Amino acid sequence: MKRAKKRFEANKLGVMSVEETRKKMVEMIGVNKIYADHDGHGSNHVVKDLNLSVYEGEFLTLLGSSGCGKTTTLRMVAGFEEATSGTIHVEGESVGSKEPFERDVNTVFQSYALFPHMTVHDNVAYGLKMKKVKKPEIKKRVEEMLELVQLGGFEKRYPSQLSGGQKQRVAIARALINQPKVLLLDEPLGALDLKLRKQMQIELKRLQKKLNITFIYVTHDQEEALIMSDRIAIMDSGVLQQVGDPTDIYENPKTKFVATFIGETNLFEGSVAEVSGDAIGITVESGGFTVKGANFAAGELITVSVQPEKMLYSATPVPGFALQGLVKDQVYVGSILKTIVVLSDGQEVKIERLAGQELPKNGLVYLFWNDADAKLIRDMDSVVYEAAENVTL
Amino acid sequence: MNKKLKKRIFKVSGTSFCALVYAFLFLPIVVIVTNSFNATTTKPYQTWKGFTFDWYVRLFDGSNASLLDSFKNTIIIAVTSTLLATVIGTLAAVGMYRYTFRGKSVIDGMLYIPVVIPEIVIGIALLTIFALVNVPRGMLTLILSHVSFSIPFVIFNVRARLAGYDNSIEEASMDLGAGRIGTLLRITLPVLTPGILGGALLAFTLSIDDVIISKFVAGNTYTFPLKVWDSIKSGVSPAVNALSTLILIGTIVFVVLTQSNLLKSEKRKSFKKKRKAR
Ligand SMILES: Nc1ncnc2c1ncn2[C@@H]1O[C@H](COP(=O)(O)OP(=O)(O)OP(=O)(O)O)[C@@H](O)[C@H]1O
Ligand SMILES: [Mg+2]
Repeated sequence: MKRAKKRFEANKLGVMSVEETRKKMVEMIGVNKIYADHDGHGSNHVVKDLNLSVYEGEFLTLLGSSGCGKTTTLRMVAGFEEATSGTIHVEGESVGSKEPFERDVNTVFQSYALFPHMTVHDNVAYGLKMKKVKKPEIKKRVEEMLELVQLGGFEKRYPSQLSGGQKQRVAIARALINQPKVLLLDEPLGALDLKLRKQMQIELKRLQKKLNITFIYVTHDQEEALIMSDRIAIMDSGVLQQVGDPTDIYENPKTKFVATFIGETNLFEGSVAEVSGDAIGITVESGGFTVKGANFAAGELITVSVQPEKMLYSATPVPGFALQGLVKDQVYVGSILKTIVVLSDGQEVKIERLAGQELPKNGLVYLFWNDADAKLIRDMDSVVYEAAENVTL
Repeated sequence: MNKKLKKRIFKVSGTSFCALVYAFLFLPIVVIVTNSFNATTTKPYQTWKGFTFDWYVRLFDGSNASLLDSFKNTIIIAVTSTLLATVIGTLAAVGMYRYTFRGKSVIDGMLYIPVVIPEIVIGIALLTIFALVNVPRGMLTLILSHVSFSIPFVIFNVRARLAGYDNSIEEASMDLGAGRIGTLLRITLPVLTPGILGGALLAFTLSIDDVIISKFVAGNTYTFPLKVWDSIKSGVSPAVNALSTLILIGTIVFVVLTQSNLLKSEKRKSFKKKRKAR
């Protein structure tokens, strides 16, 4: 996590304002996917009104929990699945009517999908053969490509004679050899062990920068997403929740889902009791507190997110905060001390400290935080609520 | 001491049991081969009258034309029906693997019926149908019948291969620029080849030695098994033994050729294991 955070700091300066001037490589406009149920009727709305642009040379990660529609989204871009509605552009051109083999997009499959009856060489050469490239040229380019993924000398092996990581690299080499404009990667590191995974993350990132290819990368590992991506798009049950660079996503989650999905966080759900200037009084079940913010009205539902390392505590009451809890568990994870404080309504608040700063066991503590560390999230449910109320029939 | 003795008894009895099983399997074949060199000329051709190549010569000098003819029929029928059954069965297996449709499980179950029904029932059924629609019995009806009883075996074989088949390799192929036909020829068929060949071999074998069904639908046409069957009444002529011996040799050559390929890939596997162990 720490390493990831350092990266954002580095990223922050460069990336943000440049986006508008860069070329859009893939653009999804109002894309929906509805699967028919097995018996032909009924339906399963898997991707909902997706609008997303991916820019030239960008490493964009689609992040979301299992079954949220990431693979389906990739498959629509690759052409294996047809969008129920909406359009997909690759390099400004609609690809709706194009077959997979007509699209300038290549895929690294979740299951590798290497051709079992072909050698490593023939697997990698396949794309060039289809393009009718001359034999000596194929040989040269395959060699180069295998060198690039550090598999020189493996040409004559069959896929069954390779380790997981080697198969993975063959799959990547095979997809890259046609020099696609866009490479789609569906959890390419999912089957690897942790060490190899870390190593491949770095290798992939290096390849992507070197070849300057647009990557759309699917994962459900948030740490992987934070480390590798230029931008992250977070999906939940087919709905795009937030798109932004890692820092942005981490520091300013726009929805409760994003806040909980990226890292651990404490969510305080309540309603706005009063607003005076930029101070908002909030009541939650276990008490209340004041935060700084704008554009909230009394009565509105609100969620406040505070990260464990930003939680503060005191033995005496703190002005502006009425959150009291009992210290329950304290565990060391490496050099980090993780503490759980239970509030009066049973909510467990996570606190992280460096080793040595233990809280009084079973003691009563008052929780608070600095204004800047509280992220205010407008509750989507309440927005929907309002919208529904405004409809006149 | 006691243990040693036990071991020995086990070993001896095991070996002799094996020998008996093999004798049981191969003695009839030995008899056939031997008899093909029998110089006897009197029915029922069973007493040994000395060694001769005569029967092999006579096989091809015109005096056994009808026997050779029947063998030619058998080969034509086997090759044609195998080709047809393999194509149809492979397509059916792939189609049923890929698509879901109403009543699929019923159709699936029905595949087993022709396999378990007594052949005699199929024979009568086919004969009835051919008579009903007035198809003259002969080569055509023989081929059609053989195709019909071979198809399920091809389907089962190809389907066994499909069980471990990863659909995404076809998608990968198209992703890399191959069209549908190209993908079928370069990916799907080669990967399924062992299953398809297995099915074809089975269909070929079934066709070559089928008697019961053929008997019903053959009309005046003779296949090799039917010819032999008919000649039993008058004692099997050593010419039949000679032809059988030739078929046997052909089969052995074929098996050795294919098995040696198998052996090679086995060797590669064990080589891999050794490398892993190191
Ligand atoms: N061919 C299909 N027919 C019907 N429903 C499907 C089909 N493919 C996927 N689904 C459904 O669509 C939803 C999204 O699937 P998808 O494969 O896109 O998820 P995912 O985000 O890639 O998940 P994971 O991280 O587990 O791979 C799931 O609920 C799944 O059951
Ligand atoms: Mg998936």
